[in-house]
Amino acid sequence: MSEKNIRLSAKDLNVYYGAKHALKNVTIDLETNHVTALIGPSGCGKSTFLRSLNRMNDLIDNIRIEGEVNLDGQNIYDRMVDVVELRKRVGMIFQKSNPFPKSIYENVAYGPKINGVREKKQLDEIVERSLRQAALWDEIKDDLNRSAMAISGGQQQRLCIARAIAVDPEVLLMDEPASALDPIATAKIEELIYTLKKSYTIVIVTHNMQQAARVSDTTAFFYLGELIEVGDTKIIFTAPGRKQTEDYVTGRFG
Amino acid sequence: MERRFERNLEDLKTALAKMGSVAEESLGVALKALLSGDQVLAQRVFEMEEKINRLEIEIDTAIIDLLALNQPVAGDLRFIIATQKINNDLERIGDHAVNIAESVLTLQTLPGVSIPPEIHQMVEIARTMLKQALDSFILLDTSLARTVLRTDDQIDDLNRLMAQQVITQVKNNVLTIEGGLELIRISRNLERIADLSTNIAEDVIFETEARVVKHHAERNDTN
Repeated sequence: MSEKNIRLSAKDLNVYYGAKHALKNVTIDLETNHVTALIGPSGCGKSTFLRSLNRMNDLIDNIRIEGEVNLDGQNIYDRMVDVVELRKRVGMIFQKSNPFPKSIYENVAYGPKINGVREKKQLDEIVERSLRQAALWDEIKDDLNRSAMAISGGQQQRLCIARAIAVDPEVLLMDEPASALDPIATAKIEELIYTLKKSYTIVIVTHNMQQAARVSDTTAFFYLGELIEVGDTKIIFTAPGRKQTEDYVTGRFG
Repeated sequence: MERRFERNLEDLKTALAKMGSVAEESLGVALKALLSGDQVLAQRVFEMEEKINRLEIEIDTAIIDLLALNQPVAGDLRFIIATQKINNDLERIGDHAVNIAESVLTLQTLPGVSIPPEIHQMVEIARTMLKQALDSFILLDTSLARTVLRTDDQIDDLNRLMAQQVITQVKNNVLTIEGGLELIRISRNLERIADLSTNIAEDVIFETEARVVKHHAERNDTN
């Protein structure tokens, strides 16, 4: 049997918002070059878990995090870890696209510039490569100086993906990346996710179970802060092991 | 941007085309064994059945995954449903080929039983019907599929004729009961193969035109 190549793993992860125990002893391995979908009803902890993978939760008052999240074997909650460096390695795409009020070019070049890339030619290359990878280049290559705010919602979301991959991350976290988009733009994002997994490890939170089924290799079902079941997406959607999972994916929940 | 789902559908069609060609080959070998009495050929049919059974399960599994993960609708849904039914029909055809191969071995123990011209005719018709049904699936050719539907009556008539002849010959002591039963068994298997080919053609019409033509529904369709 081939050894799984694990990029990220959580071990006994507990998250508390004040007295509320939001994530309970979550242990899970996330495979390299896989798409892992996190599903479950609102408040189940899936977004909390996603945000704990690049320490976005650190920004919340009154939060307490116990346990480990290991990226390539190193605990990201270790005191020595530089959070800015961590977020470069673990990028994030949000539900609502949030381009900077700058040109398309500047949006993508922003991260590399902060990381010290100065040379125009090199920046041009990074911008083109990132936009190509985000399946946006052909649509906007003649409009790179146009405001990022002037393109469609679907294009803005792909621009945010281009911006995230411009700094060469290892992991992409996506929080409902297509829920604000129409079906055509959604299909493009889903195809893009499938293409991107060849280069990145992707974790996606989605309320749309069909989307989880379509895009992911592995599905993790959360309920009331617990990881109920994780497994091959084909298995989760055809013959899940736990009754709670079956009830949720068949819409019989509650 | 090409959709991954469309590639999956292409792959499914390719897999079913392969299943079809193996079933067709298996039937071809069984029929050749029947007409020549070649026992070695008959043995080969048994080996091919295992391959057919394996392919059937592979295709069924792929279909369940496609349905569960992609929630197909409209033409995509009809294609997948048609594929599933055709897959099962082809597996059944493989079973009938095995039955015919078994009859070849049995006939070796019953000297004096020759294959009558009606069976020769049925062999030709069944072979052609399966070929045309598979071609109609590959090419989405509904006029070819309708040709298959029209041919089915011929083989039904021959099957009935065979039964009558066997009864007459057994009564007249020209044929043993064992020999007669074997000929009826072969005739019935050929009739079933033609019937399953008809089912395949019906599913091609359902997939392509979204029309149900089973059980002569088309004849009653006044639209």
